[in-house]
Amino acid sequence: MAWVEVPGQEKVLKPLLNTVIILGLIKCANFSPQAPAYHLILEGILILWIVRLLFSKTYKLQERSDLTEKEKEDLIEEWQPEPLVPPVSKDHPSMNYDIVSGPPSHNIVVNGKQCINFASFNFLGLLDNERVKQKALASLKKYGVGTCGPRGFYGTFDVHLELEDRLAKFMRTEEAIIYSYGFATIASAIPAYSKRGDIVFVDEAACFSIQKGLQASRSFIKYFKHNDMEDLERLLKEQEIEDQKNPRKARVTRRFVVVEGLYINTADVCPLPALVKLKYKYKVRIFLEESMSFGVLGEHGRGVTEHFGVNIDDIDLISANMENAVASIGGFCCGRSFVIDHQRLSGQGYCFSASLPPMLAAAAIEALNIMEEDPDIFSVLREKCEQVHKALQGTPGMKVLGESYAPALHLQLESSSGSRETDVRMLRRIVDYCLEKQIALTLARYLDKEERFLPPPSIRVVVTVEQTKEDIDRAASCIREAALSILK
Amino acid sequence: PGDDFGKEYLFIGSSFEETPLLVAVLTYMGYGILTIFGYLRDFLRDWKIERCHIAREREEQRDFVPLYQDFENFYTRNLYMRIRDSWNRPICSVPGAKVDLVERVSHDYNWTFDYTGRVVGGVINMGSYNYLGFAENTGYCAEAAAEVTMKYGVGVASTRQEMGNLDRHEEMEALVAKFLGVESAIAFGMGFATNSMNIPALSGKGCLILSDELNHASLVLGARLSGSTIRVFKHNNMQSLEKMLRDAIVHGQPRTHRPWKKILILVEGIYSMEGSIVRLPEVIALKKRFGAYLYLDEAHSIGALGPAGRGVVDYFGLDPRDVDVMMGTFTKSFGAAGGYIGGRRELIDYLRVHSHSAVYATSMSPPVVEQIITSMKCIMGEDGTTLGEFRVKRLAENTVYFRRKMTEMGFIIYGNSDSPVVPMMLYLPAKIGAFGREMLKRNIGVVVVGFPATPIIESRARFCISAAHTKDMLDTALCVISEVGDLLQVKYSRHRRLPSLDRAFDHSIYDEIQD
Repeated sequence: MAWVEVPGQEKVLKPLLNTVIILGLIKCANFSPQAPAYHLILEGILILWIVRLLFSKTYKLQERSDLTEKEKEDLIEEWQPEPLVPPVSKDHPSMNYDIVSGPPSHNIVVNGKQCINFASFNFLGLLDNERVKQKALASLKKYGVGTCGPRGFYGTFDVHLELEDRLAKFMRTEEAIIYSYGFATIASAIPAYSKRGDIVFVDEAACFSIQKGLQASRSFIKYFKHNDMEDLERLLKEQEIEDQKNPRKARVTRRFVVVEGLYINTADVCPLPALVKLKYKYKVRIFLEESMSFGVLGEHGRGVTEHFGVNIDDIDLISANMENAVASIGGFCCGRSFVIDHQRLSGQGYCFSASLPPMLAAAAIEALNIMEEDPDIFSVLREKCEQVHKALQGTPGMKVLGESYAPALHLQLESSSGSRETDVRMLRRIVDYCLEKQIALTLARYLDKEERFLPPPSIRVVVTVEQTKEDIDRAASCIREAALSILK
Repeated sequence: PGDDFGKEYLFIGSSFEETPLLVAVLTYMGYGILTIFGYLRDFLRDWKIERCHIAREREEQRDFVPLYQDFENFYTRNLYMRIRDSWNRPICSVPGAKVDLVERVSHDYNWTFDYTGRVVGGVINMGSYNYLGFAENTGYCAEAAAEVTMKYGVGVASTRQEMGNLDRHEEMEALVAKFLGVESAIAFGMGFATNSMNIPALSGKGCLILSDELNHASLVLGARLSGSTIRVFKHNNMQSLEKMLRDAIVHGQPRTHRPWKKILILVEGIYSMEGSIVRLPEVIALKKRFGAYLYLDEAHSIGALGPAGRGVVDYFGLDPRDVDVMMGTFTKSFGAAGGYIGGRRELIDYLRVHSHSAVYATSMSPPVVEQIITSMKCIMGEDGTTLGEFRVKRLAENTVYFRRKMTEMGFIIYGNSDSPVVPMMLYLPAKIGAFGREMLKRNIGVVVVGFPATPIIESRARFCISAAHTKDMLDTALCVISEVGDLLQVKYSRHRRLPSLDRAFDHSIYDEIQD
């Protein structure tokens, strides 16, 4: 007497019918002439109802479509879909890419002009380091280029295991896991832990990959004002009050705080010690995204935990991409084995995607070697950041956004014209002017409609260890000239 | 098989034999016993009778909300762990037709692995997605990539829209467009991300996505992130798809009955767990009739199907302009990494401006781009050799031969007879681990898959045929598979096929062609 889920056929009624019949038969079996009158009447009604059910027409629970076949055909003929994509105008600012011919290193050829590179995130200058290239070449000669499979199916190379080991040792955590694409790292890590019903507190200035990870996780997202610990505490207190109303649910709702070490959108640093205090007070776990601060902050380049002297075990998950300081491709997460091991089966970008080509992993290992052998490189970078920061101060009509030791600064307009498009066009003209004068800069790019808190338009200025004092001075004066002539 | 890649042959060639009833019952029983033992072991671990290897939370965070629910990890702790050595096997050579595995042993039932330092050499590789044999460290492609490594380096450190757009990227995209026969193409650094980042750009709220039952996780994630309504139709079932299209257009959006803005059909060229090929002519006919858009994910079929290796569209002899969005990956047949989308110029221009990857993700590494360019030119025959053509033909021959032999031996094989992905049914959970281990003992590396990648009673072993496999390798592999199959009693097929007398194997295919 199984329930059949076929929508709206008589089988839904069959068990009901069977029950009624059986009950009726039992009743009839107990029938005896000494039964009181109401009993007989009840039997009679039951029998009549059985007869009615037996002969009644079955009805469909499915849609009672009142349309005829012809009307349906007409609807199908008439329906006009929107075009697959709306047309894009030829002079859309993002339509024409700047073309780089040759290697994207310190001296870069953009649109045919030889320039000094102030736009690529090549913080430690490892993009054209000979040792890194040699190691990558040796790896290519041994393994070829691609891995032809995900990690689970013969796509795990000894190079990957070595890189994971080295990263874990470098960051002084128990374990690390590698992804083949920087964007996918944090976007796969967050949904692996935070599911529907969990709560995530995120900074407003979080980067796009964090936003995509949060969207994929289907959790409750609560934004707190950028770097405002009081706002975060207020949200946490509100959540505590909610918890007291429903302690059973609170016991199984996980909570996370997602912050970045150095924010890519605002170039300032998160207040990590205060955050760790809040963590233990309100029992939330911290996920730290260190793409811009790995290999930059801290005495040995270990990131914002070293910079503030915070115990790395206090952070539940550190995620970073290897595409900035490490000058390779891909990303990694590191932390305790208890946390990281889970991603090996539930990180979507890890399980369902091909692994990192081994030559890129070998390049990353060599970059780590260089970082470990020569920790002075980080203080050199910090010095250069200070220089650039100082040199750009006082540019007419523009303000510098970012900490003095942040290597990726933003130059924003001091006063906006009111329309984002005009601002972008003015900034683009400044960038073009600088490209003419052989300084390569770039506009910071965003997806206007998709970003939750769209940052104001800005020019990205990136500091690398390879830039000399002359380069920096030249760039600063060039930007000043451009601003003077264009932003009159 | 040159001109016989027509429609008539195709649908007769698919087979999905039904699970024998006894086997199904035994499989459920097997899982039941494993579950009972699982609970027993958890109980013993809780009461400290058994030593616990599982990582634990920190002392300081003891009173935090637990990070994992116990039942979420039940399957991992008690079923997956026991046969964990069948997966994540590390290798230390090119993933070509033969591969070297790093030997590892476990002294505590797979909780931890120790590397003995030895290498298991010369294992026949039936697991890597190396369809056309471009996973190699010698030869023209590798040399070109080596040159580019020294000239350009390996990193780019910027996004496509900022400073990461190299001239090589544009050249590669033009070549991909030419290869596919479309107007324009754009490439991305990761195949998974190509789907998950671009489907949201193409469809949004108020749109309908009709997705095949067995679509890959990246397609499912992309559809979910887009915010459209998703409806799933039965795998490769055109009646189901037609009914859904009809209902969608006639009734419009649920509750408001407003018409849908657009309808996007998501299908794959070859489904990697089933080995089935999409019924493309019928899907295109339906799409044209109802005005929907077609998104074809050719991750496994590009390079592997078709007389010229141009994928499933070439296999059916159809017009590439009928497919609105042709997506594929470079990982499988081209020996590189990354993904691409090809289509009309307006589509690609739109993606250049609005794709998440172009704006926020680092562009592709130069040596990888070079590998794509050289391998694609090789397949197209533009490098002046017939190597590409030879490989495509050899893959087709290998596939047909292997599949025929497997069916003759009595295994249940799923999928289309031209698909180089060959799933072989195992069903019982214990046989998953046993098959993987026994094959490795005899020096053949295979991939076994179970729940949750497949339905719970349909665990399977999956073989990926490569153009790099010689006939001898295939024969050795078949012999060993038959031996292990007899040992484990996995020859479930009740349709015994007679050895085919119609067409002898074409031995001339293995005469080495001089470059």
